[in-house]
This record gives sequence, structure tokens and C-alpha cells, in this order.
Amino acid sequence: MSIWSFANPTRFMAVTARLTPALGALAAVLLVIGLGWGFFFTPDDYRQGATVKIIYLHVPAALFAINAWFMMLVASLIWLIRRHHVSALAARAAAPVGITMTLIALVTGAVWGQPMWGTWWAWDPRLTSFLILCLFYVGYIALWEAIEDPDTAADLTSVLCLVGSVFAVLSRYAVNFWNQGLHQGASLSLDTEENVADVFYYPLLVCIGGFAALFVALVLLRTRTEIRVRRLHALRLRERMADA
Amino acid sequence: MRDLALAVRSGGGFGLGLVFFLIVTVLVPFGVGPETARLAPIAPGILWVGALLACLLSLDRIFALDREDGALDLLATAPIPLEGLTLAKAAAHWLTTGLPISIAAAPLGVFLSLPWPGHLWLSLSLLVGTPALSLIGCFGAALTVGLRRGGLLLSVLVLPLYIPTLVFGADVARRGAEGLDAATPLALLGAVTLGCLAGLPFAAAAALRVSLR
Amino acid sequence: MTLVARELTVGRGGLPILARLSFTVEPGRALILRGPNGSGKTTLLRTLSGLQAPYEGEVEPGPEAVAYGGHRDGMKGQMTVAENLSFWAGLHGVRDIEPALRAFDLQRLEDRLAQHLSAGQGRRLGLARLLVTGRSIWCLDEPTVSLDAENTGRFADMVRGHLAGGGIAVIATHIDLGLDGDTLDVRPYKATLEALE
Repeated sequence: MSIWSFANPTRFMAVTARLTPALGALAAVLLVIGLGWGFFFTPDDYRQGATVKIIYLHVPAALFAINAWFMMLVASLIWLIRRHHVSALAARAAAPVGITMTLIALVTGAVWGQPMWGTWWAWDPRLTSFLILCLFYVGYIALWEAIEDPDTAADLTSVLCLVGSVFAVLSRYAVNFWNQGLHQGASLSLDTEENVADVFYYPLLVCIGGFAALFVALVLLRTRTEIRVRRLHALRLRERMADA
Repeated sequence: MRDLALAVRSGGGFGLGLVFFLIVTVLVPFGVGPETARLAPIAPGILWVGALLACLLSLDRIFALDREDGALDLLATAPIPLEGLTLAKAAAHWLTTGLPISIAAAPLGVFLSLPWPGHLWLSLSLLVGTPALSLIGCFGAALTVGLRRGGLLLSVLVLPLYIPTLVFGADVARRGAEGLDAATPLALLGAVTLGCLAGLPFAAAAALRVSLR
Repeated sequence: MTLVARELTVGRGGLPILARLSFTVEPGRALILRGPNGSGKTTLLRTLSGLQAPYEGEVEPGPEAVAYGGHRDGMKGQMTVAENLSFWAGLHGVRDIEPALRAFDLQRLEDRLAQHLSAGQGRRLGLARLLVTGRSIWCLDEPTVSLDAENTGRFADMVRGHLAGGGIAVIATHIDLGLDGDTLDVRPYKATLEALE
């Protein structure tokens, strides 16, 4: 059986009908464990105090903010090449989840940055890149909303996603370049994976797992909704044709 | 292809971008104050952002006018590839917006107390960078041509794509004004423009084909 | 060159409008499309011209032999009649616009800006464009809109001239132009639910 057989909407609906709630439950369990462990059973950082614990929201959200875009890119490519409707709808479904993750990452970052750096916002390359990513999401979602014909919308947003991906990567490098140029050495980089100790690391892993399950569950849920909307749309068309 | 540029130019209204650029530049000192010490450091950035907005202003006309009077359908059925058409449209847009802005930017720098060698660097950076703005804008216009109120959406789509060009372009002008070596950002800016030139006409033509059907 | 459509299904926005349409138009003949508004005449003409892909079926020859004339002429008001024509002639690799000007009696208006033309003159300019494309199949969508009786008669003469030269015309119109050809009522081909499957 090929993986493409899941591109059949009926099959997709059947499989995800049970998978989605299961993933949702898994996400809930993992997040309760991960966040509970992280918030209440890890020591405060000797320098950062309790604020370090926001890491359990911040890092997974940031991770899936980027992964969501990557997923949209792959789904767009599949739509453009193989014309599977589920793929186009999955790309559409992932965008709002992605922008929500981006916003969570930005807001938690600001909340973290305030006590640490004494400012809500700094034009650090990472922060700036996320802000740009957020703008790309906005444009992508706006284009989906603006076009009535679903296939046209899927085609145009896919092209936008492809071009946007190239420019997103380009912007990332441009921002690095720009920031270095502006204030040398004043880096506020927070490369957590490298310097966080084991005691923080394991709950973080659980949280990332929880976010992964949550992300997949949300995307599946939204894709299912989109498929239903499309079916409704098709039914309306039939009705219109039957009336006329 | 030259006829096409001509046709677009006689479409009218494109010169307004230059006037807009001029007015924005003149307005900035009213907003931030007339002191040289304050204006000079931000002049390259202001001029670049102004140029970018001026480019944006005329983008929705690229295809919309031809769409309205039916010419776009006729162009699509003519024996020229749509890639060539978008390239010609971008070229026409640049000739009517980017080029005059690049030339006008040097004298306008005087208004913003731009230090001397900065004028040349500013014009040079705009000359190299604005073709990318026109090409990206052409792509955005192709995406939104089928929409009734595409103008605002066009800005939302295109502005994030302008970021790399703006970063490198403004950096060239800034370094030039401060007497630093501007070769690296200039090379990167050129690379962005060439990359846009190589790839975006295809993306724009694909979008146009979808929008027309 | 003969225009052949086989089992053609056309539509817009994912919804088929006309289904399983087949016809043949011989050189020198016209095909008049009839049907109420929204019955799919424009969609059919756009499909024949290659502006949109057919949902099913095929058309011969391809769009490179078809000159499309839509509701609007695509002429720039700020350019003169001659400039407009030269532009389109250049695109289609035709050098001389004199024959087209003469055929549509536009010589005296040559240097007039297109925006100062009357509706009938503008329409004639739009039709002159069809000549400079050098293409033998004309697909025209409501070409007599905004023409009075006299100009409608002239238009019919022009199409007759094109047909006499071995050309083909597919025209969506409500009025009787007295052309040599067949009439196709598109209503019976209206897409039904089965076409959606």
C-alpha cells in the first residue's frame, strides 16, 4: 500500500477520525506531565530564577512555528506536483496553527526577555526572524481568504509558499547580517539546547513531544474541517445545478 | 518587448511614484526635527524605505489596468510567453519608478543632510536594488490580479518579501555614508536582484496563468 | 484549417457549465453561439482561445490559431489608433498595419487618440486588431454590443470578408448577422449533475 492512498479524502477522514482524538489526548497527557514537571519539580536557575521556566512553552512553540511552515512547503509542493486536494487543505490548515505558535513564541520571549534583558523587545536576529515569519504567515493566510475559487486559491498560495520560503531563508541571513552590522557583539542569543542542564532538559523534551502531538492533532482537526467545508461547498454546487 | 514597455508607460500615472518619494523625503524632517546630527544617520534608511513605498504604490497597476480594459486576455493569447510578458512588465515598472527614484535619491539626500560620498552609494544601491523590488512586485501583482480589491493584499504579500533587499540596500547606503567598505552588502544586494531576475518571472507567469483561467 | 471540438466540457471555478459539446466549423463558415446570459458562451469562447483549459475533451487546432475578441478591446486610450494597432501587430510579428486600417476604414482616424473614438469606431479598432494577429479563427464575444444598426451592418460585412478569405468565426451574439454558417444553441449542452462526477 502506497502512502499516497491516504491522499484519498474518504480514507483520510476514516483514518484520522480515531487518530485525531488519540493524538489530542496524548498531547494533553504529555503537556500536563512536561509542564507540571518543568514548573514545579525543577530548581530555579541560579542566575535567571524562576523565569527560566518559560522555556517549556517558548522553545517547543518556536520549534513548531518553523516546522509548520516547513510542513506547508512540503504540502504545497505535493499539491503542485500530484494535485492531491488533502495536501492543499493540510497546508491551509497548518497556517493558523503555525502563526499561533509563532505568536506564542514571540509573547513568551517578550515575557522572558523583560526581566532578563530589561526590555520586552530587542532587534535580536532570532526575534526579528520570528517577526518576519509571522508576516509571511499573515500574507499566506490573507491570500487564502481572499480567493473564492478553492483550486485557484490552492495554486496561488502554493506558489506564494514556495517563493516565500526562499525569501524567508534569505531574510534570516539578511537579518543576521544586518544585526551584526548595527551593534557588534551585543548578541542576545539564547541557544538553549547547548547550555541547558539535564534537569531542565528532560521536562523540555516531554514538552516538545507534547507540542508535537498537539500540533499534529490540531492540523488534522483543521484539515478534517476543511474537507467537510469542501464537501459542503460541493453539495451546494450540486444543489445550484439541480435548481437551475 | 520595447513596445510593451512603451505601452505601459503611456498607461500613465507611473510618474506619481517619484513625486510620492519626493514628498515623503521632505516630510521626514518635519517628523523628526531639522538637526543635522539627527537626520544624517537615518537618511539612508529613510530614503530606502521611501523608495520602497514609492515602488509599492504603482504595483497594483502593473496588471490591473490591462485586466480592466481586456488587454491582459489578448496578451495571454499573443505568441509571447507569459514569462517574457512579466519580465517586460517588471522592466517597464522599473524604468518608470526604480530608475527615476535612483537618480533623484542623490539630490534628495541633501535634504536629509546625508554626508557627501553617501549620495553616490545611495544612488548606486538603489540602482542595483530597485530591479528586485519591481520583480517581486510583479510577482505580487500576478498573484492578486484576479481579485477585486487586491491592492491592500498586494502590499501585505509583497512587503515581507522586500526585507532582504531593504536590509542589504540600506546597509550599502549607510556604510557608504559613513565611509566604510560597502562592497560586501553591495555584492549581496546584486545577488538578490540577479536571483529575483532568474526565478521570479517563472513564478509570476505561473501565478498569472492561474489567475487568468 | 477546420475548427473541431470533440466532447468538450467547459466550466468555471470547478463547476462545469457546458458538457459534451462537439462541433466542426469548415473554413469560410461561421458558428453563431446562442443562449441566455450565463449559459456558458463566454466560457466556451475563452476555452477555444486557450485562456482556460477544457475540463474534458479537446479542440483542434490549438490556441495559436485563434484570435480572441472579448467584451473589451484592450486598447489604450492614451495611444493613437495607429500606435495601438502597431503594438499588437508587433507582438504577432506583423509589420504592416495599413491593410487592417483600410479594411476597417480607419485611415482617417489613424492619429486620433483611442479614448476620443466613438463606441462604433472603437469597436472597429478592436476588430482591426483581429486582422493584424494574422490568425484565421476569430472567437468573438458579443462583438455588436454598443454598435448601432449601421455599424452592425458594417461589422457583418467585415466578418463576411474574413470568411471569404477562408477564415472561421465563432461569434456569441443575439442578433442575426446574416452570415454564412450554422447556429449552435448551447442550452441543450448545459452541464448536469452527472458531469460533476
